[in-house]
Amino acid sequence: MSITTPNTPRSDLMTFTLPLTALLAAMFGFVGGNMIGHPWYGALIGAVIGAAVAFIVENNLSRRTAVRWGLIGAFAVAGFVFGNLGTAISGAIVGAVLGWAGYWLATGKYRAGVPVYYTAGQTLWHNAFLLICGFIFFFLIAPLFPVMWLSFNAQDFFTFTPEMLNFQAEGYSLKHYRDFLGTDEWMVPLKNSLIIAPIATVISVSLGTLAAVGLSQSHVPGRRAMMAILISPMIVPLIISATGMFFFYAPLGNWLEATLGLSQTFVGFVKVILAHAVLGIPFVIITVTATLVGFDNSLTRAAASMGSAPLPTFFKVQMPLIMPGVISGALFAFITSFDEVVVVLFVGSAQQQTLPWQMFTGLREQISPTILAAATVLVVMSILLLTTVELLRRRSERLRGLSPA
Amino acid sequence: MLAADGTPLKASLGRALRRQKIRALALIAPLLLFVLLTFVVPIVSMLFRSVENQIVSGTLPGTVVALESWDAESGNIPSEDVFQNLFFDMFNAAEAKEHTKLGTRLNYENTGLASMFRTSGRSLDDVGEVFQDAIEDVDDQFEDGAFWFAMMNGAGGEDLLRERRERWVDLTGDDMRGDVGFVPSAEIVELLPTTAAAYTDWAIWTVIEDEEVVAEEDPWEAVYAALVVDLENPATGTAIAAYEGEGAQALQAIAAAEMPKADFTAAFADLDEDWVKTDVWTTIEVYSSAYTTGYFLNSVDRELTPDGVDLRPDNERLYIKLFGRTMWMSMIITLSCIILGYPVAWLLANLPMKSANVLMILVLLPFWTSLLVRTSAWKVLLQQQGVINELLVWLGFVDDANRLILMNNSTGTIIAMTHILLPFMILPLYSVMKTINPTYLRAAKSLGATNVTAFRRVYFPQSVPGIGAGSILVFILAIGYYITPEIVGGTDGVFISNRIAYHISRSLNWGLAAALGTILLVLVLALYWVYDQIVGIDNVKLG
Repeated sequence: MSITTPNTPRSDLMTFTLPLTALLAAMFGFVGGNMIGHPWYGALIGAVIGAAVAFIVENNLSRRTAVRWGLIGAFAVAGFVFGNLGTAISGAIVGAVLGWAGYWLATGKYRAGVPVYYTAGQTLWHNAFLLICGFIFFFLIAPLFPVMWLSFNAQDFFTFTPEMLNFQAEGYSLKHYRDFLGTDEWMVPLKNSLIIAPIATVISVSLGTLAAVGLSQSHVPGRRAMMAILISPMIVPLIISATGMFFFYAPLGNWLEATLGLSQTFVGFVKVILAHAVLGIPFVIITVTATLVGFDNSLTRAAASMGSAPLPTFFKVQMPLIMPGVISGALFAFITSFDEVVVVLFVGSAQQQTLPWQMFTGLREQISPTILAAATVLVVMSILLLTTVELLRRRSERLRGLSPA
Repeated sequence: MLAADGTPLKASLGRALRRQKIRALALIAPLLLFVLLTFVVPIVSMLFRSVENQIVSGTLPGTVVALESWDAESGNIPSEDVFQNLFFDMFNAAEAKEHTKLGTRLNYENTGLASMFRTSGRSLDDVGEVFQDAIEDVDDQFEDGAFWFAMMNGAGGEDLLRERRERWVDLTGDDMRGDVGFVPSAEIVELLPTTAAAYTDWAIWTVIEDEEVVAEEDPWEAVYAALVVDLENPATGTAIAAYEGEGAQALQAIAAAEMPKADFTAAFADLDEDWVKTDVWTTIEVYSSAYTTGYFLNSVDRELTPDGVDLRPDNERLYIKLFGRTMWMSMIITLSCIILGYPVAWLLANLPMKSANVLMILVLLPFWTSLLVRTSAWKVLLQQQGVINELLVWLGFVDDANRLILMNNSTGTIIAMTHILLPFMILPLYSVMKTINPTYLRAAKSLGATNVTAFRRVYFPQSVPGIGAGSILVFILAIGYYITPEIVGGTDGVFISNRIAYHISRSLNWGLAAALGTILLVLVLALYWVYDQIVGIDNVKLG
């Protein structure tokens, strides 16, 4: 979109590449020096090394890959000499960043994203902006990694052990995964979650899809008010929903047990499932109505004109087309139930303990890093779910002939 | 104009439209009913709890009526009549084990009442036993349940039976239905009103709850106490002399004998000296009405006193501060989300579709990841031995002895919740920014605007609806948050929701929890309404 020149002018070594690379390296030097208590010496040495890197880069512009790997190797070795495997890896990262920055500056690639008429200040702002965005993305995604890393801890701590940081094999183990998969303490909650979430999803999806189809028809009286009521479980703070349901389901459950003679466990599951089904409904309504907005009503009319009854029309014409919306609504409803703690804490009893409940008590009482193993499993699961939703969204757009992303 | 079947077109169209409406409503009805029944009704009934206060008048019905004539301003304790009623009310309540609930309820308003009610309820039998022994010493027929039954049973006292049964219903909440096999005799009701009432109470309890037969059981101590109370009335003495019904001789013997004096004021003062202090009675009087604003006043750090509404003592003021903190922290979180979300949304909206989709995954992954996973991630990062502190110590920026306290305070809550709610800001912002035509910005620049001016005057105003939508969404979600503050918030970083949960599951002050919840709900619904006006609930998009 923006106008770029076919060949960007080369940057000047002495006035541009060298000072900037030196500055960057000085910052690394400052941090590194700070570790041993001499930040300013570190900065000075860093600046010198940075200047050297700039020279090397300038004179080896064509041998980019080799130089960058060389820098990574050299810094890693230097790190290893002064410390251990941890510092070696930090060194490798510093080397990689320096090498990349050196070429980025020297070859003028830093202007690749901006129009040719941009001033130096504007280019600086553009790159600073990208850097800021990079930090924000880092903030979004990075917190998940220590959890996954720590889940392989050989100790029962929530913190990194020196062995882990030095990448020694004895610092790592799969014991938390064995605990997770091998004990009732975690498997029963997982099983409960896998009972509650799918049933709650089926209820919210079947009722929600019907209602969304109804809501999307023209001339529905009181549409706005009904929509507001149906969306409200998403808006009302969970603690309030949970409190209300607690007061409502406790006598209802007692009544069911007393008059129908149902077992306490069964009634408990019914209560939690109904409560979760309500919480999932707004998501189904939102996703399915969104799909129905783009639905071409002449298709159902065409089916009707050819003599199809309303029910077959719905299942054979409308349903396949809104299916992506229904499935992504179902996934939302599933994850809502699967991830829900507050309501199940108030409505359920010990027999309905779910995975998030177990994690919540574990976190509050600091039991064991098995929680982290559970968390890692959940992250993997959410990646799978996200992929499914993403694929469905694309399929839906393709089906409806919207932008072919 | 006529339709094909000969009816007027207007009528035919109207019918078709009506049929369509009914079909649409029939599709919506099951879900609407489901949500109304299992969601809206429970919440409304919970809100009702915030003003409900039947417990005082239900547990101490006679006392509350007698207390009406007492003047709290006078500085005197209530009359003997009030203590007498208190004895019989408390006796029943103690049998039904309801007196501790009342004690707990009143303890919210006046600390110490819980233990006072508990210990007093335990010793009421001893108070009544004095009278029982005295009566049985005079005539041992009174030890016999059958004798009592023969004396008290009859006809014409159905009104009393119904009235006492209703009291039990109010007290216990059970329905107390069933045949008692006993009706107070009208003659006895007139002759010995207190005894008849106490005996009826006992009879109902014995049959319905204990499932025994009235004639085979001995009455409880309160009945003997009631008899002594009746006999102290001089008019009763003469009436008994003229009485000729069942047990007349025995009654006359008791009336003639010397009985211990029925001084319930002194009896209660013996049980706990606080009973003869006016502030206890002030509390009972203030909370004796069936509906109270007390919980709501408590939620805003005020209390009911005989002189009207007053501020609570300094050390008990908690909720205004907590509401203020909840709002303030939610605002900070919303603001941080805007600051962090705006650049990212801008980048996503302006990158080519292909790279934007890849970066979008980085936003959606945390969105899809379990809330507890993200909260535990922050716990791992923020704790004193956590990743951030370890890294800073390793790099030498923070002294090992003075590690940063990032968790169990408001900092922890703000950082973790900003991270958790950030996708809810980015997604609406992105969908609004996607619709802003990039040529406007270029046009502004080509007309000589600087980058800053072009952004400020052209781009930013168009993105404001996105900021509004995202802010309200984040704010609504933030003020109701429970899990994250509970885990990383410590004591300084908790929200009003945590207090509500505390009152529901620990302190069991459900009325206060309901009142706090109502205030929170009103706040959220007001914001929801604003959101509906600005964005429209139909336009909420997910993912």
